[in-house]
Amino acid sequence: MTVTDTDPGTGLDTARDSVASALEQGRVESHLNPPPSYDLADHPVPTGREEVWRFTPLKRLRGILDGEASDKQLRREATLPEGVTLTEITAEQAREIGELAPNDRPSALAVANAGGAVLLDVPADLELDSTEPVVVTLTGEDAEDLVWGHVVVRLGRFSKATIVLRHTGSARYAATTTVVVGDGAELNMVSLQDWADDAVHLGRDAIRVGRDASVKHTSVSFGGDVVRMHANVQYDGPGGEAELLGLYFADAGQHLEHRLFADHNQPRTKSNVVYKGALQGQGARTVWIGNVLIRKVAEGIETYEENRNLVLTDGCQADSVPNLEIETGEIEGAGHASATARFDDEQLFYLRARGISDAEARRLVLHGFFQDLIRKVGIPSLEEQLTATVEAELAKNVLDELAPAGAS
Amino acid sequence: MSELVIKDLQVSVDTEDGPKEILKGVTLTIASGETHAIMGPNGSGKSTLAYSIAGHPKYTITGGSVTLDGEDVLSMSVDERARAGLFLAMQYPVEVPGVSVANFLRTAKTAIDGEAPKLRTWVKDVNGALDRLNLDSTFSQRSVNEGFSGGEKKRHEIAQLELLDPKVAILDETDSGLDIDALKVVSEGVNRFRGQEGKGVLLITHYTRILRYIEPDRVHVFVDGRVAESGGPELADELEANGYDRFLKAQV
Ligand SMILES: Nc1ncnc2c1ncn2[C@@H]1O[C@H](COP(=O)(O)OP(=O)(O)O)[C@@H](O)[C@H]1O
Ligand SMILES: [Mg+2]
Repeated sequence: MTVTDTDPGTGLDTARDSVASALEQGRVESHLNPPPSYDLADHPVPTGREEVWRFTPLKRLRGILDGEASDKQLRREATLPEGVTLTEITAEQAREIGELAPNDRPSALAVANAGGAVLLDVPADLELDSTEPVVVTLTGEDAEDLVWGHVVVRLGRFSKATIVLRHTGSARYAATTTVVVGDGAELNMVSLQDWADDAVHLGRDAIRVGRDASVKHTSVSFGGDVVRMHANVQYDGPGGEAELLGLYFADAGQHLEHRLFADHNQPRTKSNVVYKGALQGQGARTVWIGNVLIRKVAEGIETYEENRNLVLTDGCQADSVPNLEIETGEIEGAGHASATARFDDEQLFYLRARGISDAEARRLVLHGFFQDLIRKVGIPSLEEQLTATVEAELAKNVLDELAPAGAS
Repeated sequence: MSELVIKDLQVSVDTEDGPKEILKGVTLTIASGETHAIMGPNGSGKSTLAYSIAGHPKYTITGGSVTLDGEDVLSMSVDERARAGLFLAMQYPVEVPGVSVANFLRTAKTAIDGEAPKLRTWVKDVNGALDRLNLDSTFSQRSVNEGFSGGEKKRHEIAQLELLDPKVAILDETDSGLDIDALKVVSEGVNRFRGQEGKGVLLITHYTRILRYIEPDRVHVFVDGRVAESGGPELADELEANGYDRFLKAQV
């Protein structure tokens, strides 16, 4: 079924309330963060000149933004620990639960066209540790399939869970996922973009952090032709903490874009963003946009965001744009760092002076570049996989290309 | 047997104003089993000599030759030189974030030997080497040189010297920035190395202090990119007493 913004369903009130309260706090006139809305009219088809679209290759989205109806789905497999449920709900119910309204055209289209949502529900007080993660695998069957995704993840108060959402296969996929983390709850969530080479994925994870809750969200993008992911976080009360991590590896011709928005709308909240990426091969392109807003009410907050890119070959482009908007001076700390670099000659020399070949030295440096981030993910089985994937990516192209240069 | 022969070595670096000549013809032979000290004021080109022998890309060799047991070192890549038996303990060891000391040492040992070391003896060897240099067992899990104190960096260099067991070691100001206890520990490490049959050492230093613990066979005074004078250990005593003045004046 299709829900439009005029639907007078009961859930709307909740949505209106949260939008209204956000507005009370002072509408952010930032062109970087368009106001949320279910109304498609608020999200016109982009021309490519808009600030939020100017980095994205619109043609390669293969018509997703036209918003055609489609009832195609991704195949869903799930490993659910006892007590955790995965059910289908209506779009109204998604709003009642308190999802965050769409903030761009793909997420608005996803809600409008998905015909209902999927709810992953972790009940209050249930504590699951990282050895029993919830794993949901979504598989696309065909690169031509147009799929709309609408997901809600809910952690009840004082619950604790580790969730891995893995995307594989191929599709033209646009999805919005709201993550509602209850007071005092603790979430570790990983979204893995492990697509085939021809997939297009426009995704948005919007996270509400409850009072004194803590969230770790990691976005990992390896596959896909175009992947454009939002990770947004805002707070439902003081004391919430969010750690937003990301790891990406762009090969020849790939476009991998990650857009962060930490909205400090409550006092004494924290956000810590670390994204690291590597690029190799002709036309490999990455974009990282890190927006942090510290509202007037948000006294005593701490925020830090960092993006580092390692460019392995010629012909790659990495864009990295940190943005900090501060509306109060009463903060604990705010900072950002952004760096895009090639291999460091001094590091390579040091390793090679110990007998290590040029190719092996590069492998070690790259391994090291990602290693501290991978260790932060906090899911041992996944950490091993990520390490292996990074090394396989490197072995795929770079070692071959670099081998002749090793004698220099 | 291991003999490092440096003949009329001339080296320049590229600067904004074009190439700048730094080494102006260095000739030096470190015969098998010998320890040579190179002493000179800051900026005289000591590190340039060390880096040039190791093959740092920043330096351009404009003349002369370097051979190790008759093999042309200058035609080898950086890693080939290390595998041929050269080791450079650096004045400023480089941080490699995210790469553990354990991983680094194993990778280097595998590269030098051409095969992976036997796991059981290797772990013992690493722990032994770290222990002898007063580095505790958690040290091997830290990232290479990241957050190391000055003394830890230098002791880590000497631990590598012990484990990689080259033919000739070039030690570039390994003594600088060490307190007296660390200096003794590092010197003992160097002395263990040169206590073995046929090992050569080129000990670069600014101060005579380390020469109380490591007695050189030959001492060379290095000024303005060349060897100004060579002699026995007594030359170090003279430098201790009078400094470099005599050599700097001679230069003008
Ligand atoms: N990249 C460079 N550009 C210009 N001058 C350099 C460069 N590298 C080294 N030098 C100069 O070469 C000289 C020798 O330096 P170095 O070998 O480090 O001396 P030492 O180790 O004896 O202190 C110094 O005068 C130094 O300023
Ligand atoms: Mg020096």
